[in-house]
Amino acid sequence: MRTALLALAAAVGLSGMALADPVKIGIAAEPYPPFAVPDASGNWTGWEVDFIKAVCAAEAMECAITPVAWDGIIPALTSGQIDAIMASMSITDERKQTIDFSDKYYQTPALLSVAKGAGITPDAAGLTGKIIGVQGSTTHADYVQKHFSGVVAEVKVYQTQDEAFQDLAAGRIDATEADSIATEAFLASDTGQACCESAGALAYDAEILGAGVGAGVRKGDTELLAKINDGIAKVLADGTYEKISAPYFKSSIYGN
Amino acid sequence: MQALIEALGLQQTLDLLALSPPGWGGNLLGGLANSIQIALGAFGLGLVIGIFGAYGKLYGGPVTRDLLAIYTTIVRAVPELILILILYYAATDALNKALVNAGFDRIQISGLAAGIGVLGIVQGAYATEVLRGAILAVPPGQIEAARAMGMPPMKLARRITLPAMLAFALPGLANLWLIATKDTALLAVVGFAELTLETKQAAGATKHYFTFFLAAGALYLVITLVSGRLFARAERWARRGEPGAARGGR
Amino acid sequence: MKAWMLPHRVVMLALALALVVWCALRLRWDWLPEYLPLLAQGLWRTVWLLIVTSVLGMALAIPIGLAMAEGPWVLAAPARLFCTIIRGTPLLLQLWLLYYGLGSLFPQFPWIRQSDLWPILRQAWPYAVLALTLSFAGYEGEVMRGAFKGVPRGQLEAAKAMGMPRLTILRRIWLPLAIQRALPTLGGETVLQLKATPLVATITVVDIYAVANRVRQDTFIVYEPLILLAAIYMILTGIIVLLFRWLENRVPTRTL
Repeated sequence: MRTALLALAAAVGLSGMALADPVKIGIAAEPYPPFAVPDASGNWTGWEVDFIKAVCAAEAMECAITPVAWDGIIPALTSGQIDAIMASMSITDERKQTIDFSDKYYQTPALLSVAKGAGITPDAAGLTGKIIGVQGSTTHADYVQKHFSGVVAEVKVYQTQDEAFQDLAAGRIDATEADSIATEAFLASDTGQACCESAGALAYDAEILGAGVGAGVRKGDTELLAKINDGIAKVLADGTYEKISAPYFKSSIYGN
Repeated sequence: MQALIEALGLQQTLDLLALSPPGWGGNLLGGLANSIQIALGAFGLGLVIGIFGAYGKLYGGPVTRDLLAIYTTIVRAVPELILILILYYAATDALNKALVNAGFDRIQISGLAAGIGVLGIVQGAYATEVLRGAILAVPPGQIEAARAMGMPPMKLARRITLPAMLAFALPGLANLWLIATKDTALLAVVGFAELTLETKQAAGATKHYFTFFLAAGALYLVITLVSGRLFARAERWARRGEPGAARGGR
Repeated sequence: MKAWMLPHRVVMLALALALVVWCALRLRWDWLPEYLPLLAQGLWRTVWLLIVTSVLGMALAIPIGLAMAEGPWVLAAPARLFCTIIRGTPLLLQLWLLYYGLGSLFPQFPWIRQSDLWPILRQAWPYAVLALTLSFAGYEGEVMRGAFKGVPRGQLEAAKAMGMPRLTILRRIWLPLAIQRALPTLGGETVLQLKATPLVATITVVDIYAVANRVRQDTFIVYEPLILLAAIYMILTGIIVLLFRWLENRVPTRTL
């Protein structure tokens, strides 16, 4: 009986090992336009997907883009289901305690979006008594927790930012805080144009919002980290970065 | 006019669900294939665990029996969602840590393998109970007769106990299979691209929530109805030797 | 008591105790005091959801089961369709269909937002209650159908012969006997219902599972909150099982 179970375990394990070779780059399994969006043919497209491909090409790495749930993306990395996270994850001191980060590859401010004509300002006074929605495990969730948790009526935590936008359109929340590019992409969509508008940028808080977006790797995985850093530097230096960005953004999102 | 609008409304739905891009039907079917693959794998793994578990519970030593009791109790008391999270993240992590400590390289466990493993362990606990009950329902005289004839235990299981208990086990197994197909939806929470997650992504990308959720519901329903038929037929087959079997069912 | 004194059980109990002590000492529990109020609130919400949806679901299951068992065709067919649909599709999908599906429809009807019901409709818990209630009714309806059919005809005929009105027969004889027959399955179904409640966290209802998720997200501690959750659900299951055993013993049964 025991040997049979062992054989079974081995079979399950082996079937999992068959595709072990390429570097698995984890992205969040959710539409996050314009960075990563699933299309109708089952592929992922978007700026960040193009960027991942460019970095992998620059390093001649074989990469497999692997969608995983955002709220489990760090455990997925530490447990070895993926090898790196490139999912618009901000570099924060808190996350650095668990994983290592590459150099940043873009940096954008945080924006508050609200229902049209709601007259909410992006500060504690404006949000007093309102319901605010955020995606869980994000810098925005931490920001709201730190700055607004005392004044708002309720903080609703979503699995994906897409759901928060959907509930903003449905009128179930009064405001949602998210990355400015993702917010603008939503506001430009049909649903977004119909319902909502930007209330402006939130005051910058370096401790929480972090120092831009970087790739996350397991602690001690210096080899992969060096490769990714080198790849990012190459993509930035040889003009690929601008070439990738042109179809998506009017100005550079690298920040300073 | 009304008919025209209706036709147009339907046309949009059909476009959204078309099998080739820009329709999302292909994605949904891909997710469905993943779901069925996981359900089949988990159901199979669960059956294997269940057969050993049932035999262990019935004929094993006191330690085996107690360990199996702990296994089935825990799995049946803790929500599948939490078991999936624990096994999906913690178990793969522990496995890799053990491998690294033992001097091996870490292995990558594909979402598919992890999903099958996790749901298989859950299914195994329920299958253990179903099969245990079914084995107990086999008239003891049949087993004793085979023993008296000097049949070795493995042959006894293969030729007498397992075929004879099949008829008793099938209704419970049919139920388990349906649970397996529906539990695959829980893997959406860990980001595995099965039918429910594909549906949600299609819905999120197009903002047509109702259309896609209803379409996915229809697909699940088709699985349920088709497998219901198949299991009913299998049960009739398993009961073919019984007196009064012509009535079918229970 | 004797059963616990067997040598292997003593060893196992010691091992289990050692495991608990190891968990308590070696794992990180420093987050516990800070989150205790939230955990208590989440636990209460889980229990509340379980009780409310089980009671409402049972109230729905009785007419559904009756319709399927004895009802005329016009009532039996829709009841059967309802049970097939509920039992044939995943609860997670039903929940998302209700919450996000309806949520995407609301913006199209401004009068819904202006109605007095809107403050309730914009919250998440009504959808959670609705989905869980329908689910319980679907599964339990099937059980009640069998229970109604299983009540011995003689009992009903005797009541009829005594000149009891039909509603009184249902209330005094048929229903109590059917519930008594369904009681053992009802306990199991209630445990299944408890195990279904954490799904509501995906539509932003803050139950105990959602609180544990938040701990995971805030602190990057992966295992400890999950272990705590598993323990809590096992205790709740134990309570349900004991409760139903007590109920079953209280119901007078006469073996003929």
